[in-house]
Amino acid sequence: MTSACAIRLNSALTPEQKALFQSPDQIRNVLATARTIAIVGLSAEPQKASHFVASYLQDAGYRIVPVNPRGGVILGETVYGDLAKIPFAVDVVDVFRPSPEVDALAVAAIQIGAKVLWQQLRINNIPAATHAREAGLASIVDACIKMEHGRYSGGLHTVGMNTELVTARRPRFAGSAF
Amino acid sequence: MLHAGHVPDAETGARAVPIHQTTSYVFHDTQHAAHLFELKQYGNIYSRISNPTTAAFEERVASLENGTGALAVASGMAAQLTTFITLLSPGDEIVASSHLYGGSVTQLTHTLKKLSLKVHFVDPTRLENWEQAITPRTRLLYGEIIGNPRGSILDVEPLAKLGNAHRIPLVVDATFATPYLCRPIDWGATIVVHSATKFIGGHGNSLGGVIVDSGKFDFSSFATLAAPSDAYHGLRFHDTFAHYAFLMKARVETVRDTGACISPMNSFLLIQGLETLSVRMERHVRNALLVAKFLDEHPKVAWVSYAGLPAHPDHTLAKKYLPLGPGAVFTFGLLAPTPADAREKGKQLIERLQLFSHLANVGDARSLVIHPASTTHQQLSDEELVRAEVSPEMVRLSVGLETSEDLLWDLDQALEGIP
Repeated sequence: MTSACAIRLNSALTPEQKALFQSPDQIRNVLATARTIAIVGLSAEPQKASHFVASYLQDAGYRIVPVNPRGGVILGETVYGDLAKIPFAVDVVDVFRPSPEVDALAVAAIQIGAKVLWQQLRINNIPAATHAREAGLASIVDACIKMEHGRYSGGLHTVGMNTELVTARRPRFAGSAF
Repeated sequence: MLHAGHVPDAETGARAVPIHQTTSYVFHDTQHAAHLFELKQYGNIYSRISNPTTAAFEERVASLENGTGALAVASGMAAQLTTFITLLSPGDEIVASSHLYGGSVTQLTHTLKKLSLKVHFVDPTRLENWEQAITPRTRLLYGEIIGNPRGSILDVEPLAKLGNAHRIPLVVDATFATPYLCRPIDWGATIVVHSATKFIGGHGNSLGGVIVDSGKFDFSSFATLAAPSDAYHGLRFHDTFAHYAFLMKARVETVRDTGACISPMNSFLLIQGLETLSVRMERHVRNALLVAKFLDEHPKVAWVSYAGLPAHPDHTLAKKYLPLGPGAVFTFGLLAPTPADAREKGKQLIERLQLFSHLANVGDARSLVIHPASTTHQQLSDEELVRAEVSPEMVRLSVGLETSEDLLWDLDQALEGIP
């Protein structure tokens, strides 16, 4: 698919903010190139949204890295107390924490050399997002990484959701989502 | 109407949406199966819950309505009931327009009563009627954008604002409008339901219904969506699926459990209808206006109730919400000294028509005619008939796609033969 319709629905961002922080091209590039995704605020509780997202990302082939102060193991992966303690490189820092906490997380994401700061749906810290963006990171705000993956991989479509993708192009091969 | 919701198949390149006539879908492995059942993966399990052909229909309607997603079901009645069951808990109340299809009135009055849901019907034309009927238990406002059969127009914008002020979602049936003539979500409605059997399918061959959610309403105060679900191991749909919560719950709980699913073949036929929706609706409303004007000027006709005519009390609202025309279903009555005579003459007219099919449906490519008081609204009491403004002499037309001269000829010859 080569179409790149703007994501218009269900976001609190202004059109200008959407252009910066919800660009479909950028989101697709992130999903296509990222391999390791640190999930800050990942819950061990299987019915929490963060757990749904982490489990989904694992099924989609990404390595998830749980980050929360409680430690232990979630979904087979060691939990780290904070981003700085992760002993290997991560591509994406995916945030499931309240907006005021994102300022510090943006600083930490830059420090560990992450390529992407992703604030989940309803998490909306524009100054932190701008900071990350100015430091050269891809910066996504107020969007769910699972929904966005589902939008381009066809999953959202199977449950009747409006992916806002309109194209008459035939995909090169099955599964060429991004 | 032609592209949304369907990407050409990578394997075959099939241009038309394929008919996936299958009950079930093979899992990759046991973990894939488990994750699908836990809703942790998107994907098909069983066609009662989702189907690829139906998904194309759903996403296309969602796109046309400017909604966040859609769920197709067995019929328009199933669309309504699925919406009510998904959102409401026993003891909750609905405030509904009294200008509804007769079957909807019976569903709301009698079937919902069995679920301990209470409905207050109001004359929809005055906003204060809605406001006065709202109680602390009110959880839903319901109306038809073009009321069946009188063709009154629901003033959606202030009603949606009233709902928002009370944190109550407005559900609008837009069957008679289709998204081509009006998109209620753009005027503030939360959820839109359709009997897709009518103009969306457009050929009178398939039953189907569809529910579209705007994704904009905050359902955090609705126990049905926000509280842990006993049917899904304590899953909180609102927390986990955000703006998809209502549609996800409607799909994986309500329709899973009621079985009110649509067949893939019907979804395919409804998709065929959507592909020509714009050209058909243009013809429908053009023919409807010509027929309404013809009847309005005919000496044997007492009244015509079509909001496309300037004399109709809702003509201004029709121009606001339905600028291309207020649909193609409307009613009229014949001139007679008494109501009984008028009713008798209405029956004679129906008997004499040659091109209008006498049947209980609307939104067919062919023109249709019926006598509501003895058919579609027959289960209503006299009091309910008055409230729905269904008079004994009323004749309802659904104007089709025939050449307009043929339709006017048919009405002319039928009227000619009535004493």
